[in-house]
Amino acid sequence: MERNIMVAGFGGQGVMVMGKLLSNAVCDSTTQNVTFFPSYGAEQRGGTANCYVVISDEPVGSPMSDTVDDLVIMNGPSLNKFLGKLKPGGILFINNTIVKDAVSRDDVAIVKAPVTDISLELGNPKVLNVIMLGVYIGYTGILSEELMLATILGQLGKKASLLELNKTAFARGLEIGKAAKGK
Amino acid sequence: MKRTFMKGCEAIAEAAVRSGCRFFAGYPITPQNEIPEYFARRLPEVGGQFVQGESEVASISMVYGAAQTGTRAMTSSSSCGISLKSEGISYCASAHVPIVYANISRGGPGVGTIQPAQQDYFQATKASGNGGFRMMVFAPSTVQEAADMTYAAFDYAQRDRNPVLILADGVLGAIIEPVVLPPMRPDEEVSAMKKAQRSWALVGHDPAKEPRSFIEPGHWSIQEQEQSCKDNAALYDSWEKDAQEESLMIDDAEIVIAAYGISGRIARSAVSLLRKDGVKVGMIRPKTVSPFPEKAFDKLNYKRVKAILDVEMSIPAQMVYDVRLAVKDRCPIETCLRSGGEVIRREEIIASVRALSKA
Repeated sequence: MERNIMVAGFGGQGVMVMGKLLSNAVCDSTTQNVTFFPSYGAEQRGGTANCYVVISDEPVGSPMSDTVDDLVIMNGPSLNKFLGKLKPGGILFINNTIVKDAVSRDDVAIVKAPVTDISLELGNPKVLNVIMLGVYIGYTGILSEELMLATILGQLGKKASLLELNKTAFARGLEIGKAAKGK
Repeated sequence: MKRTFMKGCEAIAEAAVRSGCRFFAGYPITPQNEIPEYFARRLPEVGGQFVQGESEVASISMVYGAAQTGTRAMTSSSSCGISLKSEGISYCASAHVPIVYANISRGGPGVGTIQPAQQDYFQATKASGNGGFRMMVFAPSTVQEAADMTYAAFDYAQRDRNPVLILADGVLGAIIEPVVLPPMRPDEEVSAMKKAQRSWALVGHDPAKEPRSFIEPGHWSIQEQEQSCKDNAALYDSWEKDAQEESLMIDDAEIVIAAYGISGRIARSAVSLLRKDGVKVGMIRPKTVSPFPEKAFDKLNYKRVKAILDVEMSIPAQMVYDVRLAVKDRCPIETCLRSGGEVIRREEIIASVRALSKA
């Protein structure tokens, strides 16, 4: 089994951090092979940023793929640019606070979550990636909630004040992901 | 075994420190900046020295100087930066100064692109500077190999008193994956390794008690220079035993892929998928591209092998010349190539193998 995931959005939305947290949790809590590969070049806040995560039982060959099983879209330009990469039957996660365009495919599952709105409601726009990670784990269940949260808090919880915020953000995402799965 | 989730560049730097590296000098260039960044933070913790030089030439020259004291020393750069360092690398080879350096290479000649490629094969294996010197060149295809090879590279460098190159690319520098790090050598062992270099190193000898050391990158006498070239040639010949490769599913293979580094790992997953489909394909993946693992190609059954498929992220192909020397016209050799920063697709390799398999 090999699962290819892409996360894409604006620089500053924590796209890389979301990919890193997910892949780091796989490394920490399983014996599976996993790679994280960032786009690199003239990346900057407000520009586009994306990363690939590959999780596999066998050694990972290419850390990036032309087609992905899961596509996480945080902004409008990324939807247009990367929707074609999603395999038929794949899962599309959308930050629908920002992404208002209709999705031009009916052969994929679509999970919408207003992660920017929720992050503002929680008082810190930076946690939108942790919310989306919650949505992703809640929907796919590829890792247990506890193991994912342990890595999030291990990596992002160095300031005590941020511990609760990240916990809450992850929990809010989980709710949305699970509810979407239940439908 | 504890798995650490680490970026290729950082694993190279950490493995170097664990192997006893206590000096690094470098100059920024994408996609290898995480190597100096990591050393800048890490070396002071172990009593080492980090210098960001004012240029590539300055930093390789500092490494040349530091290594002359028997200290394990390293530099890194990318493609065009490596070209700038080639004068100093040639000096190290001529003066028998052991250093380790890494090329996290990019796409194309000149400045090229900053994206991953394997365009520096000839430079790495044939002519890393003037004067016809050779080096051992390791080509990791995973972060684990990058760490293990860097750790071992310092031992080979000091064994031979010659530079050793880690030849990687932008993918391997930027990728993060699990790695089991090699053990940290204790301070006493690092000091002992340095003391073991005393006979030749510039550490302050009392001329009344022991011979003085003298290091220079050239010779005033023609005879001495010729003898030095002969000694070097003998050293290079001795590396045949050090050639390393991974031979995968070659016993019944009809098509054999030859690929190294990043192309090698992508080709491996292509082999795995093709085998599930019943295609008799195997792979020889050089882990050292200098010395080139020629003998691995002698183990192939050329009555069965229809073709070798050389897979590289280089246009034109470069490793294919070494493959030709190893195959000795015993079967046709085809290529499957990408470059410029395009990472080769598994699907492209699969399609090339299928085409050859049906031919």
